[in-house]
Amino acid sequence: MSSQPAEITRFDNVGLRYGTDKEVLTDISFTLFPGTFYFLTGASGAGKTSLLKLLYLAQRPSRGLIRMFGTDSITLPREQLPLLRRRLGVVFQDFRLVPHLSVYDNIALPLRVSGYGEREIASAVGDMLDWVGLADRRDGRPATLSGGEQQRVAIARAVIARPDILVADEPTGNVDPEMALKLLRLFEALNRQGTTVVVATHDVHLIRHVAEPLIMRLDKGRLSDPTGALRYPPRPSASGNSGRAGS
Amino acid sequence: MAGKQTAAARWGAEAALLPPVRAGGPMPWVIAIMIALTVIAAASGLSLRNAAHAASADLSGGLTVQIVHAAPAERDRQGLAAQRVLKQTPGVASVRLVPQGELDTLLEPWLGTRPGDGVEGLPIPALIDVALSGPATPARVESLRVALAAVAPAARVDAQAAWLAPVFGAIGALQWLAGGLIALLAVATAAAVLLAARNTLGTQRETIEIVHMLGGTDAQIARGVQRGVAVQAASGGVVGLALGIIGVFLLGRSFSALGSGLVASGGLHLTDWLMIALIPLAGVALAVLTARLTVLAALRRFL
Repeated sequence: MSSQPAEITRFDNVGLRYGTDKEVLTDISFTLFPGTFYFLTGASGAGKTSLLKLLYLAQRPSRGLIRMFGTDSITLPREQLPLLRRRLGVVFQDFRLVPHLSVYDNIALPLRVSGYGEREIASAVGDMLDWVGLADRRDGRPATLSGGEQQRVAIARAVIARPDILVADEPTGNVDPEMALKLLRLFEALNRQGTTVVVATHDVHLIRHVAEPLIMRLDKGRLSDPTGALRYPPRPSASGNSGRAGS
Repeated sequence: MAGKQTAAARWGAEAALLPPVRAGGPMPWVIAIMIALTVIAAASGLSLRNAAHAASADLSGGLTVQIVHAAPAERDRQGLAAQRVLKQTPGVASVRLVPQGELDTLLEPWLGTRPGDGVEGLPIPALIDVALSGPATPARVESLRVALAAVAPAARVDAQAAWLAPVFGAIGALQWLAGGLIALLAVATAAAVLLAARNTLGTQRETIEIVHMLGGTDAQIARGVQRGVAVQAASGGVVGLALGIIGVFLLGRSFSALGSGLVASGGLHLTDWLMIALIPLAGVALAVLTARLTVLAALRRFL
């Protein structure tokens, strides 16, 4: 599509506080570019999950501006949020599988709410089940799966609709290193096809497996930009050190 | 997108968003009770309406002329004179001087006598049963009164419908009561569904949030809840209709045993039964609408 915006997501001076507590995110400004692979790192409690919640539209910021796919997502009427959310794939830290649905139906959920036909759904879900190695568990309920299996279902559900942005909160936290690497390769494959990937992790070994990743580091609710720029990552035109963002 | 969902597939897909309806929950029974009571109230209201219509049709042109005179001979003379005048009056369809034997029978329950006990010695009025070809309007009654005054000064003319006016008034009040009960039952049903829908939202909050995060719309979630409520309301409605009809039959048998003409004319017609059969459908529609509005209102608090 030639109308693809140059920047897929943009945060400007975003702040977030829960209730009357102090801000958990302060002056967050960054831009996500299409087809780029980002790691979001930071110590536990630094605000990674809160930032991801803003990114996958589960939370409105207390201040600042957020534009997604060229749309101001803060002032967007809530009736139109589903259309934006369907362009996102999310792997939640706690998986958030629907307990009464089978593995098959959990993975099919994003396609079902988007109105896909059952034949297409069956084909896509079948492929995903094969890929995550859960074809023999397709009728199982989440409660009968191990943590690693649940995580694989969550990842399959997040990527099945080929989202424009994939947001993953600690996606390899419950899988063995071999599966972690396999998942990372899937994310990279999606990334190569144009999906912007944002992975929150504290696993530095994982980061080393990705070529030229962009790393956003959160420290006590603020983005600490290793480049020293006010905006992260620096605009491709302003710096050559922006990974694939500018390529 | 190559293939969109068919309506049937969408039905199944959206119904599966929330857990299936738990069999044996209280909702179907609550709705069954509401529907049963509504059926009985509606049947009662319709029956009263039929009785009132039938009585009104029978009595609308009916008049009773009483000759109230202490002297039996004069009473009889005025009675015959009044009968002659009435027969010659235009608009009078029939005139019947009630025979003494029939009067004795009418008085039997009140006086404790038997026909032929010689009650003619009592100052009992002579009765003339008159049927007009049209309704007994006050103007027509008054003109007959004037016409009779010359030949039967002891005559009193009364429209039969006027005697039953308090009965019609009471029947009307009972019909309003039945309507009010139906309205209250509808409100109670809606309230029960509202609570059930809120309970569903409370227990399924996590699932609803997930569906929202995956791009599900409020309408999809609402339809998922609606279908669960529709299934419960339909099962409750069928049971309630059956219970209600049994109740109506039992009440009908009890009232028919009274042997009163007014009660006998209050039977239900085919159209009445069709209206009663629609009550469960109305109940399902009310439950589904209530569930939809409740869920959509509640989901506005979600992002």
